[in-house]
Amino acid sequence: MPSLAEEARSKQPGFATLTSPKWRSALARFRRRPGDAPRGRGLLLGLAAGLFFAAAFYIAYRTVSYFKAVPEIGTLLAGKLLGMAFLSFISILLLSNLVSSLSTFFLAKDLDMLVAAPLDWGRFYLAKLGETVIHSSWMVALLAVPLLAAYSVVWGGGWLFPIVAIGALLPLFIIPGVIGSAVTMLLVNVFPARRARDLLGLVTIVAVGALVVALRLLRPEQLARPEGFQSLVDFIAVLRTPSSALLPSEWASSMLMNWLTHVGDPLPIALLWSTAGAFIVIGASIHRRLYVSGYARAQEGAEEFVRGARWDGIARRLLRGMSPIRREFILKDVRLFFRDSTQWSQLILLGVLVMVYLFNIRALPLFTGEQVPIFLVTLIVFLNQGLAGFVIAAVAARFIFPSVSLEGRLLWLLRSSPLDPGTMLRSKYLVGVLPLLILALGLTITTNTLLRADTFMMFVSVGTVLGYTLAIGGLALGIGTLYPQFDSENAAQIPTSFGGLVFMLLAVALLAVVIMIEAVPVIQHLRAVQNHTGGGPDALGWCLLGVVAALCGGAGVIPLNLARQRLLQLEA
Amino acid sequence: MIVLRGVVKKYGSFEAVKGIDLEITKGELFGFLGPNGAGKTTTMRMIAGILAPTAGTIEIGGVNLLRDPMGAKAKMGFIPDRPFVYDKLTGAEFLRFTAALYGEDGPDLESRIDELLTLFELDRWKHELTESYSHGMRQKLIISSALVHRPEVIVVDEPMIGLDPKSARLLRELFRRFVDRGGTVLMSTHTLEIVEGWCDRIGIIRQGELVACGTLEELRQGSSAQGAGIEELFLRLTGEHVDHDLDAILG
Repeated sequence: MPSLAEEARSKQPGFATLTSPKWRSALARFRRRPGDAPRGRGLLLGLAAGLFFAAAFYIAYRTVSYFKAVPEIGTLLAGKLLGMAFLSFISILLLSNLVSSLSTFFLAKDLDMLVAAPLDWGRFYLAKLGETVIHSSWMVALLAVPLLAAYSVVWGGGWLFPIVAIGALLPLFIIPGVIGSAVTMLLVNVFPARRARDLLGLVTIVAVGALVVALRLLRPEQLARPEGFQSLVDFIAVLRTPSSALLPSEWASSMLMNWLTHVGDPLPIALLWSTAGAFIVIGASIHRRLYVSGYARAQEGAEEFVRGARWDGIARRLLRGMSPIRREFILKDVRLFFRDSTQWSQLILLGVLVMVYLFNIRALPLFTGEQVPIFLVTLIVFLNQGLAGFVIAAVAARFIFPSVSLEGRLLWLLRSSPLDPGTMLRSKYLVGVLPLLILALGLTITTNTLLRADTFMMFVSVGTVLGYTLAIGGLALGIGTLYPQFDSENAAQIPTSFGGLVFMLLAVALLAVVIMIEAVPVIQHLRAVQNHTGGGPDALGWCLLGVVAALCGGAGVIPLNLARQRLLQLEA
Repeated sequence: MIVLRGVVKKYGSFEAVKGIDLEITKGELFGFLGPNGAGKTTTMRMIAGILAPTAGTIEIGGVNLLRDPMGAKAKMGFIPDRPFVYDKLTGAEFLRFTAALYGEDGPDLESRIDELLTLFELDRWKHELTESYSHGMRQKLIISSALVHRPEVIVVDEPMIGLDPKSARLLRELFRRFVDRGGTVLMSTHTLEIVEGWCDRIGIIRQGELVACGTLEELRQGSSAQGAGIEELFLRLTGEHVDHDLDAILG
């Protein structure tokens, strides 16, 4: 009769069983139950996704068609474009696998149960690797759909093309997954897991920032303008820059281009799949040697030291006049933000994006050659105001929208204490809106100075950005409270929810309405400048500016009032 | 001190609490017992003001919780069953924040925080982030936070989880001293020995209804179970039976 241990060894659960809690939970989220949100939510999400895919497909289709039409080197160009896209996919996947493998292998809640079970290490590795790869790659896979669909339509890939594409993408997803989890395994054996997460978070943010700057400085748009190069040789040289025979992205793009251009070369397929297989074997052997010690280390010390203690006294003095509850709420939110590296490190990325934004404005050829008409300059100043508004909405979505949701686990305390939800909302509004206002005004005044905006346009821009930022702060906090994600502990994921979509739609709609209304006084001003009559807009123009102010006031105050009502009725 | 009249809680068509009437007087330590899913935690959370009752009224210290939630909550300290705290705050910062929720401030507060942290032997970790605290330490921090504003009523859901024997004894003495000085404690627990040793009166809830209420002796008499132990009494009142074929289950 076999012993219990032998029986456990012979009856190991399969991949589907091991990962069933994850995929069953995911399925349960999609299933509608009585009392769930109305069908309109699904429709709106579907519509937004459909619009996104349609737009992405259209852009990809136009680009690929354009490249294919270039005589002689069209296919080469399209292949290079695909290689570049895959290379950027691999870079993103490498970074996201690094971070998510830390969660799946070392910090997930199911690990205690799995590690305690008599589970074969190989099956455990494959299940967790699969989870890491799916978690890190689903968004990239979705992004690849419109791009590859465009290639298929332009070249006539046929009905088998999706299978070929999956065959090319799967190893492309597996390889960064194995590398990411192996690097994490090594890091966790050196640092405790929570410290390693901080480190990885920071490395990822810096790397993404560097990638954005590099892409901006490389100016990929030049590829579409061969006439801008000194000679064809230079252009071909640029075409060849990212290629390397050793990169899986090149193999994947060759595999797909071979299929599309009917070239029978099995080498890229063999290279891709044999490399992916070899990587899994190497990854598994690293896992076998290092996992147990790494997991034991991951159970050790969380961060014990406290950052920013010396700022505490200064902040306390600054907030001296406030009521204790408002002061402590502000201090608490600021402390939680700056002590969580997954939160504050986002500021680095924000800084990089602002730099790129300013760099782009400065690079506009407005004052380098011939005299550009005042109309064009004013138009750009006006449109820049819209772009800045969009940046403000995106920043508010990331930093202010999740604010109430992040209180999820502490709702017992907030609801059982005599706290007025209005006080909490006002404190959170202050913490969120003040830095946003500094960013918004800084961005607007700097770009307007770079664009040499006149006094009236500066006044309109600064006034609009001021009103819009104050409104967006209220809107983000209000909608974030009306559509909370109390179960989510990851602040970055909260804005990707349905509520986040509603907020962005409302924020963009408000921006569009504000810009449309302001077009009237701005045109009146332009006419006055062009006719040298002096003066600004007439009474109607000033009235319309007043309407914008009222609109922004309403857009900020109404959601906050609704949010307060919602918090009063909230059950935790 | 705590008065419940016809309190009902419905989740859709499911009735979790079916019209509970209960009165807990000043200076009383009241134990709330019941099997899993009987509606204990739902009732406790309604009393704490976290859940809103579908029907009925709740009074805390003479203040109607539904009409004047701020006034009623100011008199109460709540200790939940799961010790969730802000991971990135230190123990002292968490207590300062909790005190501020009740409007407490000033130099007296700092000495109060020190006093509570010393009482629960957390003073050594006062300036460390709570993410490095053990489960028991978090539980002790939450108990401190419920006491920081000197409440008149303490509502506590499963107080013993994670506490070592020394802390459990301290908590027992603390609650006893608290009610002796005129405070009121409503405590929900599964540990029958605690109910037997700590509580003045006991309420037993089953399927959302209060099926028995009184001193231990009154409950014994009411169920014709004179001389029965608390476990036997509990099983009899809740209609729970252990009649499974355990040998078959254990193989």
